[in-house]
Amino acid sequence: MAMNYSAKDEVDGGPPSAPGVTAKNRRPDNTAFKQQRLPAWQPILTAGTVLPTFFIIGLIFIPIGIGIFVTSNNIREIEGNVFMYYGLSNFYQNHRRYVKSRDDSQLNGDSSALHNPSKECEPYRRNEDKPIAPCGAIANSMFNDTLELFLVGNDSDPMPIPLKKKGIAWWTDKNVKFRNPPGEESLEERFQGTTKPVNWLNPVYMLDSDPDNNGFINEDFIVWMRTAALPTFRKLYRLIERKSDLHPTLPAGRYYLNITYNYPVHSFDGRKRMILSTISWMGGKNPFLGIAYITIGSISFLLGVVLLVINHKYRNSSNTADITI
Amino acid sequence: MRREPEAEEPRAPGRARRRRRRREGRARTVRSNLLPPPGPEEPAGRGARHLADNRLKTTKYTLLSFLPKNLFEQFHRLANVYFVFIALLNFVPAVNAFQPGLALAPVLFILAVTAFKDLWEDYSRHRSDHEINHLGCLVFSREEKSFVNRYWKEIRVGDFVRLRCNEIIPADILLLSSSDPDGLCHIETANLDGETNLKRRQVVRGFSELVSEFNPLTFTSVIECEKPNNDLTRFRGCIIHENGKKAGLYKENLLLRGCTIRNTEAVVGIVIYAGHETKALLNNNGPRYKRSRLERQMNCDVLWCVLILVGMALFSAVGHGLWVQRYQEKKALFDVPESDGSSLSPITAAVYSFLTMIIVLQVLIPISLYVSIEIVKVCQVYFINQDVELYDEETDSQLQCRALNITEDLGQIQYIFSDKTGTLTENKMVFRRCTVSGVEYSHDANARRLAMYQEADSEEEEVAPRGATLSQRGSIGSHQGVRVVYRSQSVKSHRRTGSRAEAKRASMLSRHTAFSSPMEKDITPDPKLLEKVSECGRSLATARHQEHPLARLTPELADVFDFFIALTICNTVVVTSPDQPRQKVRVRLEVKSPVKTIEDFLRRFTPSRLAAGCGSVSSLASGKAAHKPGAGLLASLSPDGALLRLEERLGRAPPAITDNGYAGAGGWAPDGAPRELRYEAESPDEAALVYAARAYSCALVDRLPDQVAVELPHLGRLTFELLHTLGFDSIRKRMSVVIRHPLTDEINVYTKGADSVLMDLLLPCSADDTRGRHQKKIQSKTQHFLNLYAVEGLRTLCIAKRVLSKEEYARWLQGHLEAEASLDNREDLLFQSAVRLETGLHLLGATGIEDRLQDGVPETIAKLRQAGLQIWVLTGDKQETAVNIAYACKLLDRDEEVLTLNADSQEACAALLDQCLCYVQARRARSAPEKTPGPVTVGFAPLCPPSAPAAPGAGPSLVVDGRSLAYALERSLEDKFLLLAQQCRSVLCCRSTPLQKSMVVKLVRGKLKAMTLAIGDGANDVSMIQVADVGVGISGQEGMQAVMASDFAVPRFRYLERLLVVHGHWCYSRLAHMVLYFFYKNTMFVGLLFWFQFYCGFSASAMIDQWYLIFFNLLFSSLPQLVTGVLDKDVPADVLMAEPQLYRSGQNMEEYRPRTFWVNMADAAFQSLVCFFLPYLAYHDSDADLFTWGTPITAIALFTFLLHLGIETKTWTWLNWMACGFSILLFFIVALIYNASCATCYPPSNPYWTLQALMGDPVFYLTCLIAPVAALLPRLFFRALQGSLFPTQLQLGRQLAKRSPKKLSTAKEIFAQGHPPGDQDSEHLELGSRSTWGSLPRGCAPGASQPPCSPEAGGERSAADATVPCGDDALLERPSCRVPQTPAPRKPVQEGRPGGAETKTPGPSRAAPLPSIFSLPNFGSFSWISSLSLVSGLGSVLQLPRASLQPDKQDSDFLPGAPQPERDLCSLRGQTVEYF
Repeated sequence: MAMNYSAKDEVDGGPPSAPGVTAKNRRPDNTAFKQQRLPAWQPILTAGTVLPTFFIIGLIFIPIGIGIFVTSNNIREIEGNVFMYYGLSNFYQNHRRYVKSRDDSQLNGDSSALHNPSKECEPYRRNEDKPIAPCGAIANSMFNDTLELFLVGNDSDPMPIPLKKKGIAWWTDKNVKFRNPPGEESLEERFQGTTKPVNWLNPVYMLDSDPDNNGFINEDFIVWMRTAALPTFRKLYRLIERKSDLHPTLPAGRYYLNITYNYPVHSFDGRKRMILSTISWMGGKNPFLGIAYITIGSISFLLGVVLLVINHKYRNSSNTADITI
Repeated sequence: MRREPEAEEPRAPGRARRRRRRREGRARTVRSNLLPPPGPEEPAGRGARHLADNRLKTTKYTLLSFLPKNLFEQFHRLANVYFVFIALLNFVPAVNAFQPGLALAPVLFILAVTAFKDLWEDYSRHRSDHEINHLGCLVFSREEKSFVNRYWKEIRVGDFVRLRCNEIIPADILLLSSSDPDGLCHIETANLDGETNLKRRQVVRGFSELVSEFNPLTFTSVIECEKPNNDLTRFRGCIIHENGKKAGLYKENLLLRGCTIRNTEAVVGIVIYAGHETKALLNNNGPRYKRSRLERQMNCDVLWCVLILVGMALFSAVGHGLWVQRYQEKKALFDVPESDGSSLSPITAAVYSFLTMIIVLQVLIPISLYVSIEIVKVCQVYFINQDVELYDEETDSQLQCRALNITEDLGQIQYIFSDKTGTLTENKMVFRRCTVSGVEYSHDANARRLAMYQEADSEEEEVAPRGATLSQRGSIGSHQGVRVVYRSQSVKSHRRTGSRAEAKRASMLSRHTAFSSPMEKDITPDPKLLEKVSECGRSLATARHQEHPLARLTPELADVFDFFIALTICNTVVVTSPDQPRQKVRVRLEVKSPVKTIEDFLRRFTPSRLAAGCGSVSSLASGKAAHKPGAGLLASLSPDGALLRLEERLGRAPPAITDNGYAGAGGWAPDGAPRELRYEAESPDEAALVYAARAYSCALVDRLPDQVAVELPHLGRLTFELLHTLGFDSIRKRMSVVIRHPLTDEINVYTKGADSVLMDLLLPCSADDTRGRHQKKIQSKTQHFLNLYAVEGLRTLCIAKRVLSKEEYARWLQGHLEAEASLDNREDLLFQSAVRLETGLHLLGATGIEDRLQDGVPETIAKLRQAGLQIWVLTGDKQETAVNIAYACKLLDRDEEVLTLNADSQEACAALLDQCLCYVQARRARSAPEKTPGPVTVGFAPLCPPSAPAAPGAGPSLVVDGRSLAYALERSLEDKFLLLAQQCRSVLCCRSTPLQKSMVVKLVRGKLKAMTLAIGDGANDVSMIQVADVGVGISGQEGMQAVMASDFAVPRFRYLERLLVVHGHWCYSRLAHMVLYFFYKNTMFVGLLFWFQFYCGFSASAMIDQWYLIFFNLLFSSLPQLVTGVLDKDVPADVLMAEPQLYRSGQNMEEYRPRTFWVNMADAAFQSLVCFFLPYLAYHDSDADLFTWGTPITAIALFTFLLHLGIETKTWTWLNWMACGFSILLFFIVALIYNASCATCYPPSNPYWTLQALMGDPVFYLTCLIAPVAALLPRLFFRALQGSLFPTQLQLGRQLAKRSPKKLSTAKEIFAQGHPPGDQDSEHLELGSRSTWGSLPRGCAPGASQPPCSPEAGGERSAADATVPCGDDALLERPSCRVPQTPAPRKPVQEGRPGGAETKTPGPSRAAPLPSIFSLPNFGSFSWISSLSLVSGLGSVLQLPRASLQPDKQDSDFLPGAPQPERDLCSLRGQTVEYF
């Protein structure tokens, strides 16, 4: 005979459980919570109850979609500030080992990290016994073509379009995340003892002449360091600021793009692109979202109609429906 | 004392050691601790140290060992090992996906939570251990030469312990001395086996002579006994005295730890086993770990997830290998070489990628799943406990969930196995009616009284208990004080049980006595019978001094007198009175030395012995039926002497009575007595009978081992010398006492037992003389009434008597003593000895005891059955009683057929099963109403009357008796039996043993793979409760053992309905949905990562930040699903109660099936596709960086999860809203803080200001809006479609509740009207059921192929007849008892009368046993009567004419004294014959 002799019961059941105490009522509290009677909304999903949802979704989504679509298509016109992007395709900036290959402390100006970069940067950590600044594969593979845009006017002399180098990176990146090594000396001295990434032509302190756009806070560099999500991506290269309200930023005409070709894309079967675009309130031109909204809205509407029919057809039967077994 | 296990004395001389080792292999030797050490080679006290002391330690850990041990235990769980392994993988740089420390966080969290829980549990165990270890008791101290107070934990083997009344026994103690003059000690074993009656323990033989205070210092004997074992029913050993004498030790000498001393002032004993070596603790196996069915299914799906995970990782690995190969030779710019500059080989890269993928996708195996499920279950248990509708007002107890992890199993039960007594019925035995000497006393007033009680029941029970605290310490003190106090203690705590509610209930009950409420005690006597009893008393009082006082009485009155004497003394009831301790009547018969040998016996038979044989207290032999004290006086007493003695006693008795507060003899009225006697009985039946006798002024006032005192009207107190008690056992099914009648000085045997066995043991009466005929008539009348009682659902007992001549007795005694003395085979010999005694009995009468149905049982059964549950009742009761209770509680329905399986042999059983199967299948094949008037024929009514077409699912019911069940459970037949049982609506197993009960459950559980629930209340249900998937105990009358073994304890049977139908359904549905949701959630989340691999060269990169990845499940998305998992109600409780068929969804696993799982996974895949590609396309060819793109995806995933949960949530309370809102808020707050916290931390994601930037970007919001909607449109649409077109029963129920709450009530009414009891129904039943067998041969065994087991080849009698074992065949063996099978439905009735007698063909079948008395059909027809009478409180007499059924007709021509009184029985039987 198996039995359960619990020590606890022994005590419980013994003399201490005096009858005098037993008058205590063990009736559970009759509260809504304890009795699971909390007031509740109890939706029942049937054609009749759900179809308004579908119609509402349709009615909301289609206008939004149209709005987005229109906005996105309007971007076609080159008005206002024009953004100049370079695009790469088939470049896997999201590769796991690639993504890791950087040292944020170094980029933040931490002097110890500057001279002793993180192991994550391997094998682009040291070169010829000198720490690489900036270290890592991301920095090493930085896009280094130079793009220049010229307007070929009526006169045969092409007029260079002024391209603004600053203001293309996130403000927080430029001011918080990326910092040059501290010090009052010149940038070159501050980077003393480091070497340039293997693939680079120039060291990091020679990226730009503007001291506010040089070293780690060079905005081209910052933009590059923000690794793209997908293998086909674009990165902001330059801003073409609108000069006046009267003239379009880029007037119609023939343009001439001068590319200083440094960046090899054959190695990864990639392609380079240059994109000029304005942006609207919802970013660059991408008709997809608008189309998606319209599509989903329409589908939803259609399903709503189907449900309406079904509801109409089956309402009677479902009203009389009863539990039967 | 010492025990010398082998390893303990390495230095002992080799030889001695070896010898000892051999001996010690099987035994332990215990010596007094007070003695100096026995030998020089064994230093004092050493031995004791090596034995377990009495300290209780149930804790698993110590402070030091906790961490390693707990971790070790946790790593037994495979999931934990897996997660730790994955976390550790992160420490390998080549494959790491996350920061190693971060990856460990969730695992550590889970481990810590579990460890904390374990720690807490262990601590509470420690506390309770501590409490028990520090209980006090009196231990003899060598230094102080007296008993001193010690803690329990200080007790050692070999110590002498003194215990007082109501103390709990601290260890297994050999009883050496008792304050009781007879060396007895009563203990209550409720803690061990749940039985609340008192058991008697006996001082070790040889010590009982020490009437004076036992002195431990003089104890020099050595005790040899077996090694500690867990067999509670066995103890063997011997005690070797200093003089070399040996005496055996038996379990009667052992006081077990955990029991309580009752009714004995003080005892002293020596500790034999202590602490964990006590039998009680060895039996304490701890709780079982049960795993619910849903969890098993879930584990299987977890394995699928593992497979999917490995598949994904493999796919990625291959992809990555190819990718690497493609770009390797080109030295792509983004290809990061190894640190030495070399590039990875594709294979290595693939392997790394595989491992990293496993880490990244680990979310697929939900680490939080197990924890969440635990949490949800704990909450579910909490809510079940809190349900006010499961609270029982009467007992102030609510449902207890003892198992935390199988709540959802409650929603999937398919089979219920129920005990009957105490589970379906109250187990309050109430004396209802009796028949004496062939005359029935219907006790109408008693029936009315009972009806009244039924109404006033609750008030009665609510009487508050007297409040008096009792403490164990309180009893320490002077003896006087003890004496005063402990009585009331005993009253209060008599029925000690596990919970306070139980204690209260117990105290309420024990105000009266064990088992007996006023309802059971205050029996209103039948005036006729009362008159006869007092007449007996009167005439006996006048005739007392004459030679044969009893002969003065008419035979009937003599029977009445004997009947009540038998009721009063043929039991083991112990009398106590509330005011004082058990009082010995010191006026004893003087001659009472133990009879040890037959020589002794004969010697003492000489008159000269008479004067000498005084003084010594008798001792009990150790057998079961062990009283033989005082046997010696028998023949030695001449009638004169006896009378003289009697005179003496009677002369002295009255003062004693007045002292005790009794009114004078004869004038004593049960109700008016100021002092109440309490009867402590082994079973409630016994108590009921004793109370019944008391109602007739025939009161048991005292019981000693060797004498019983009875108060009789006019006669005053009579003391019967008790020569033997042959206790009840389930094989003999009877008990007997052998007494010496004080009036006649005859030796009488009174036997009380089941009619089925007792009727066979009656003295065969010759038909020649009038007396014999008369006796025969009485027997058949009694049998008739017995049948009537059974029909009424009463428990019947026969009372019989045998007068032994002294020579007969001497002869029997010789055999009996030999049997007792024998060592081997003792039980068998004792059994045979009992059989020798209990034969040739003279029938006195029979009693009918009612065990009332609990409230709401029929309704509950009907509902449960509606819910699709198959209910099997497994009872130890006899078939007729069980069947009728089954009818009363609607387990068997009036308009359904009943198949009875009564077989005598394996072959017969097989044949019978075949036939039944054939029949059932044929019946199934036949389509409804036109079944057959023609074929069924051979004299039966049309099968199913059109008005009661059998529902498609409703098969017949099956009734099996214990013996047939044993055959049916044989390996060869079990399949057939199951097949048959499966097609039956309900199954009733009668006369089944506890083992059979568990075998049946095991069979169904194992073979049918069905979910089983066993419910019971007594110790005999424990095995069944333990075997079943879900064990439910009724915390009722029979102690706590069933409750201790159970997973759930309910106060009443009726609560089972709500527990299963409402809570079970909810728990199942909630958990099923939650598990599915978990799988969905994780798959969907992992899907997002997997799709991304196609765009990152399968490099196991993740666009979701590692923090989100790791904490998403744990923090952001866990609360809403927990709230839903705990609170969601798919259908409101009232609908579930009104429409129990909704329960079937759980049985069929509708909510969580393999298919559901895969559909769910497919939906998850689809949703992840949508949620991945919408942002993908939206951000395609943009300048978004990896985590600026990944964060919206995370947010989308969160929204999708919540919306999905919203679709699946059926009830939205404010808690759901809060939880969802909290989740979203938490995500954004955490993300914002995280993204603002550190500009250079958290590589590689470096999420600084990401979310902040995103929140200024409208595209973020636009994608977050469209993706979840797009992902969930199909699901919503499908749900709507399905809800409209193919709604499930549950959905309909929900709609029903919503649309018209009133409809529920109407549905209920309809249900209530569904089965109105009425003549029509009963008729259907009768006809329908009777026709069963007629159709059978037709259906499957055409004439030629009559079953081999049928002895009557050509007859219509079915095989069953032949095979039925019947104890009554002797009684029935007469030609008239067969009813021919007539074509007309009504024919049997007529043919049952004299005319029918001739048609019976005498023949070979005579030899064959007749069918069991009632194979039911007629009973079925009666059953509504009984149920009506239960309600109305009017006896069946009123009902019978209305029923216009056979019995009353038979009754009517029987009562006037028909020449063939047995005819009625036969006709009843005849019909059963037709039927089976």
